[in-house]
This record gives sequence, structure tokens and C-alpha cells, in this order.
Amino acid sequence: MSYIGSFALLVALGLSVYSFVAGILALAREGPGSERLGETARRAGVATFAAVLLASVVLVTAAFQDDFSNSYIFHHSNRDLSAPYKFAVLWSGQEGSLLFWSLLLGTYGFVLRIRHKTDQRLFAYASVIIAAVQVFFLLLLNFAAHPFAMMQGSLPADGNGLNPLLQYPEMVIHPPMLYLGYVGFTIPFAFALGALIMKYPGEKWIHITRRWTMVTWAFLTVGIFLGAHWAYAVLGWGGYWGWDPVENASLMPWLTGTAFLHSVMMQEKRGMLKMWNIWLVFATFWLAILGTFLTRSGIISSVHAFAQSSIGTWFAWFLALSFATFVFFFVRNKSHLRSEHKLESLVSRESSFLFNNLLLLLACFTVLWGTWFPKISEWVEDSKITVGPPFYNKVAVPVALLLLLLTAVGPLLAWRKTSLDSLKRNFLWPTYGSVAVGVAMIIFGVRPWNDISYFYSLMAAMLAMLVGLTVLSEFVRGGRVIAGKSGQGLLGAMLHLWHRNTRRYGGYIVHFGVAVVIIGILGAPFNKEAEREMGYGDKMSIGPYTLVCRSFTQEDKPNYGSEWAIIDVFKGDRQITTMYPERRFYKASQQTQTIPQIHPTISEDFLLVKDLYLVYEGVNQDSGHPIIKAHLNPLVPWIWIGLIVMVFGTVTALVPNAAPVRVSAPVRAEPAPVGAGD
Amino acid sequence: MLLIVAVTSLMGAGDESTRFNDLGHRMMCVCGCSQILLECNHVGCGYSDKMRAELVAALDRGDSDDLTLQAFVQKYGTTVIAAPTATGFNRVAWIMPFLALGVGVAGTVVIVRAWKNRPAAAPSGVARVAGTELDRFRRQAREETEEDFGAATESKDKRQ
Repeated sequence: MSYIGSFALLVALGLSVYSFVAGILALAREGPGSERLGETARRAGVATFAAVLLASVVLVTAAFQDDFSNSYIFHHSNRDLSAPYKFAVLWSGQEGSLLFWSLLLGTYGFVLRIRHKTDQRLFAYASVIIAAVQVFFLLLLNFAAHPFAMMQGSLPADGNGLNPLLQYPEMVIHPPMLYLGYVGFTIPFAFALGALIMKYPGEKWIHITRRWTMVTWAFLTVGIFLGAHWAYAVLGWGGYWGWDPVENASLMPWLTGTAFLHSVMMQEKRGMLKMWNIWLVFATFWLAILGTFLTRSGIISSVHAFAQSSIGTWFAWFLALSFATFVFFFVRNKSHLRSEHKLESLVSRESSFLFNNLLLLLACFTVLWGTWFPKISEWVEDSKITVGPPFYNKVAVPVALLLLLLTAVGPLLAWRKTSLDSLKRNFLWPTYGSVAVGVAMIIFGVRPWNDISYFYSLMAAMLAMLVGLTVLSEFVRGGRVIAGKSGQGLLGAMLHLWHRNTRRYGGYIVHFGVAVVIIGILGAPFNKEAEREMGYGDKMSIGPYTLVCRSFTQEDKPNYGSEWAIIDVFKGDRQITTMYPERRFYKASQQTQTIPQIHPTISEDFLLVKDLYLVYEGVNQDSGHPIIKAHLNPLVPWIWIGLIVMVFGTVTALVPNAAPVRVSAPVRAEPAPVGAGD
Repeated sequence: MLLIVAVTSLMGAGDESTRFNDLGHRMMCVCGCSQILLECNHVGCGYSDKMRAELVAALDRGDSDDLTLQAFVQKYGTTVIAAPTATGFNRVAWIMPFLALGVGVAGTVVIVRAWKNRPAAAPSGVARVAGTELDRFRRQAREETEEDFGAATESKDKRQ
């Protein structure tokens, strides 16, 4: 079986090399032969996908068949592993995840290549660039991180098993989402570089890649949040973001990708920021590869990095080569990227995008700097230091607050120039609402001058309110204009408004989702925790809740043995739930893992929703009683609700616009299309 | 209002943060888990319990924050501190983000000025327009890219 996989990978490498070389030759030559050559290159690219898919199927089949003659399967699976995790074996280790990366790139490339008639020449350039990236990954798979390496010596009876941390349902979803995001940014990059190389006239390439970019961004967003939720629900430390290098690696391309999604609108609408955009899309692609380099080279220690290996050198070379290639074409063709318009006013949508980009890039730089500084310090001073959460909280949080302010302000600014009157009119009520929130919080006892974290919470609450109100006011004002003209109800008019410009109003919904996420985060300074050993009937209090240990027991399952406690949760005299914090011992890997229990108190406190989070920490060897740690994390569920809103906003932004309906005004004047801008 | 109720009602919950919490969150567990000392929850972690006990003992002795941190650095090495100190080369860690902000703002200002002063290049293959024709295009662009709804309704009012 493994031989088929190995052969498929070799064939895939050959096909991708052909797709790359023949694609270049076809683009470089003129004449009838070049068209046929280009077509063979395209088909080779499509066939690469088929070959990589075959290799992936072989690897997953080997996992399901418990084929421990395959070294990768031996190290990442075992007989009693349940079916979903056997499927997840594909991306659970170094070699498999690289194969998965190659598969996703092949899939994206396949979709791109079968849609080549949209613009054959531009797609041919993009196809060649994707083939070049694919060649790199297939070289890695064939010569540095082979997923079909065979076990030496006698055949083992069982495998080492999957890392217990990965045996969680989200782990079946989180990596694919994240990888779809990482890999997906190769597509806009390929189009951008292709457009630069061929000096593509106009901005059509942006229209072609718009959906790719948004979908990719959405995947990366979901991947990051699922990762945060996984950390929250599995690692058992009560938090969701630890500024670990691997987390940072996913955040960096997200920040530049978000900057690109905004600034690309300036290029579409005004023909501005062309050079900037092409750098942004390259940076996003490059940072995605850099993140992979960080997690796989072992150069920076991380709680969930892959094992140190030699493939870091391969990635370093690829990063250098891709940078050099990009800079070469940029320098050669940059005259093609001159701006078509000039900035007319500092108080305009354009300038808000500029500052939005500045802040997003600053946030990205801060994360990059913090991630690399331990290594820099080691090189300079030969002393190891840690750059952990306190650094990021001090440096990145203020930047995030400024970004939130721009999220509120930006949508209310008009393209080209905004009059002071218009600004006042648009901002008045959202500002009143925001200030009212701040004043009320201080009246009710928030003392931001006592603690910086309270200050941040106050500011975040005010700005989140500002974002929410500006989004709402945009919908209401636009809805009123339509309702006034068409006689529809306000809600119907707002729906109509969204359908006329889905991208714009979908974007506003995403902004609203960001505000909701921020509400979830701002509860962090108010977290509480308690810990105690709990025998039968023992009680522990946390916040308004009393935890009573009803029992504790053990259980043996094929894949793991477990110890767990049964904890009744009371609020006052009323029992609200029963929770079962657990600790498992995985037999194959001989590793222990806690399984925290989370109860969102949404049914008791919808507004003040908080997570009651219990961890089975261990057993007191003398008494045999379990030690239970309880966290009470306010507002956290809003983070996940905010993500749903963000995804909903992105999906609505992808819906095609309805044809603008022109309604007759009661006067002679031409009807003004509503919601035509972004 | 949701926000006010939510956050203010939580206030009483979080204000009993102690020096133990503060110092415990300024240090890392050294077991290799890359977690803050007070957040390390590894079952059977050989370090965090011991380190927490040492922290409690230092506070009981009345050691100052600096002295306590210094003692931990001497025992566990510099990586025990969760963020770079503001001394020596480590200052660079704190300075660089703000330097980047300064450079970024200055760069943005330079770009904005250059844009405002530079005549825009016409898109390739498109003839330049000027005079009344340019005004007409501008008016059309303004209407089609909306400005804002207030402005749209305002101009409609004016026309009326």
C-alpha cells in the first residue's frame, strides 16, 4: 500500500515540475505551439492534484487498516483509535500535515485551472506560480519528510497512538480550517504576482481573486478561533490565547490578510495603493510559510510545535527564494503600479484605510518581533529570555484598541472627502452611546485608574459599543432612505439595502462580530478561580455558585482509562447542572490528559453569560480524593458568538449583489443609487 | 446597556488580586509547558507546585517584588520571567514596537503629503479628461460611490 503512495508522490512531483517548466515556456514563447504547451501544463497541474489526492487516500487508508509497517502510521495511530481521529492522522504529524498542505494546494490549483477560461493568460501565470509552490512541497515530501517511510525490523503489534491533546473533536476541524486559510492565500498571491509579471492592465485580477481572498480569510479566521477554543477546552488552563509562537504564527498572516482585504478596496475604487497591496498579499503568503517554518524547524520553542527536524532548512531556502523572486519582479515592473489618483483629504475613507493598514501592520510587527525576540536576544547576548503574555498584553492591546476605534470610524467616512457636518451627523449618536457606556460603568464602580486592565476593559467596552452603534446606524440610515422611497418597512428596507451591496454590509456585520468578540475578551480581568480537594459531599464556592462533589469514579475504555468526578452545581438553593471533570490516561502513548468541563451559564445569566470551567487536576495520594480546580470566566461565550457573527458576515458578503433597483423620486432629480460603495 | 450591566456586575469579582497573583502571572512555569506559572495545570508537573510554594514562602518572608523575582531568576534562570526586563539589550524588545509605530506614522504622513501634492497618473490606455467633462465624471462617481446616505438625502433635499 505504501508503495502506491510513494509512487503517487513521485508522479505528483514530476507532474508539478512539468506544469511549472512547460507553463513558463508556454508563457515565454509566442506562436501556435505555445498554446498547446500551455494546455499540457494546465492539465499536468490538474493531474498533480489527482496524484496528491491518491497519496492522501493511501495514507488515510493505511491509518484505517492499522498498517504499522508505515512509520508515520506507527507513530501517530493505534488500533483502538476511533475513526474520526484515524482520519485526522493525515494532519497530526509532520509528514502527514505537509501532505495535507500539498493536497489543499492541489485542490485550490485544480479549481483555478478548471476555471481558466475566465482569463486564460492571467490564469496561466497564476497556475505556474502555484506549480512552483507545489514543487517545493512535493520535494519536501519526496526527499525530506516522507509520509510513506517504512518501519525497520519486525512489525510492531500496535502503534504509539495519537497525541492525547489532539484527541478532541475540534482537532478534526481546526487544522483543516487553518490550513485552508494558510494555503488559500497562495491563490491571491499567485494572481497578484502573475498580474505584476505580465503588467496586467486594470484591476480585473482583484475582482477575480476577491472571493478567493474572502473565503481564504474566513477559513483562517475560523481556524484561529477554533484553535483558541481548542486551547480553552482541552489544555485546561482556563484561557484561550497564550501568545504561543504557534498561535502567533497563525495570527500574523491573518493580520496582513485583513489589511489586504481593506486596502484592496482602495485599488478597486480609486486605483491607489497598488504597490502596497502587492506587498501585502506577498507578505501574507510569506508569513503563512514563515509560520510553517516556525512550527516545524524547532527554531523557536512552542508548546505545540512539531518535532525539530531538518526541514527547517528547506523552508528557510524557500522563504529566501520566494522573497528574492518577488523583489526581482517588483523592482522590474513597479512602474506599472503607479497610483491613478491622489488623496484629496485626510478625512476620507482612503486615509482611514491607510491608518487601518498601519495599525494592522504594526500589530503584525509586534507579534513577529515578540515571537523572534528570544532568538535575537540569544544571538546578541547569548542569554535566553521569555517573551510571554505580559509583553503582548502591554504592547498589542493598545494597538488593538486603536484598531477598534478605526473599525468604528472608518465605515462612516466617505470616499475622497468627508465634510465636518457629515462627520458630526454620523457620529453624534454612536458617540453619545459609547460615552454613556463609559460613564455608566464608572458610576457603577469600574475604576480604570486603579488598574490598567480595568482601563483596557472600559475602553474596549466603549469602543465595542461605538462599533456596534455605527454599524447599526449605517443600516438604519440606509434602510430609512430606501423605506422612504419604496414604502417598505424598515427591516425589509435594511434587507434590501444589504442585498444591493452585500460586500459592504456583510463587511459591517463582520465588524459587528468583531465588537462582540471584544466584549467576550474584555471579561478576562474579572476571571476568578478556586481549587480544592473534594471528597464525598465536599463543597467549594466560586462566584455565585456552590460546587458539591457527589461522587468520583474510574472507568476503563479500549483507548484510555479515566478518572472523573461528579460535581453538582448550585446557584443559591437551586441545582443548575451536574458537571463531570475528567482525567484520562491514554494507553498507547502512555500520556495523561485532563478533559475540562465547561458549563456556559447562558440559561441563568443571558446578559452576564459566563463559563463555569472545571478541571480534574489529580488525586491526593493520601486521601484518594480528587483535586478540582474551578474557573469562572465572564463573557467568554461571547467570543464564540462573535465568531459566528463574523462568519455570517463573510458569507453574506459573498452573496452576489442584487441588480440595483432604481425607484422614482417624487421630484425630477435622478435617483441616487444607494449603497453602491464599499 | 447589556455591556454596562455585564461589566459592572463583574467588578466585585476581580478586585482581590493579590501580590501572589501578580507575581505568579509575571513568571513562567519552567517545566517546558510555556505557560504562566499560575496557569500551568499539567498533571504531575514537577515544577509549578514547588514554585508556587516558594512564591508563597517569599511573600510570607516579606520579600519585595524585585527580590522575589531575582531569587527565582537565580534559581531557574532568566527564562522564568514572562516578559523582557527593562534593562540592557532587553529594552530593545519594548522600544521596537513604539519605534515601528513612529516610523509607520511618519511614513504614512510622508505618503499622504506626497499624494496630495502629486498629480495623479492617468491609467494606462485611458485618455485624460478635464474641464466640464471631468466635473461630470466626478459628480457621477460621487453619486455612484455614494459618499453617505445623509449626503444623498441632503442633496435630494437641496434639489427639492
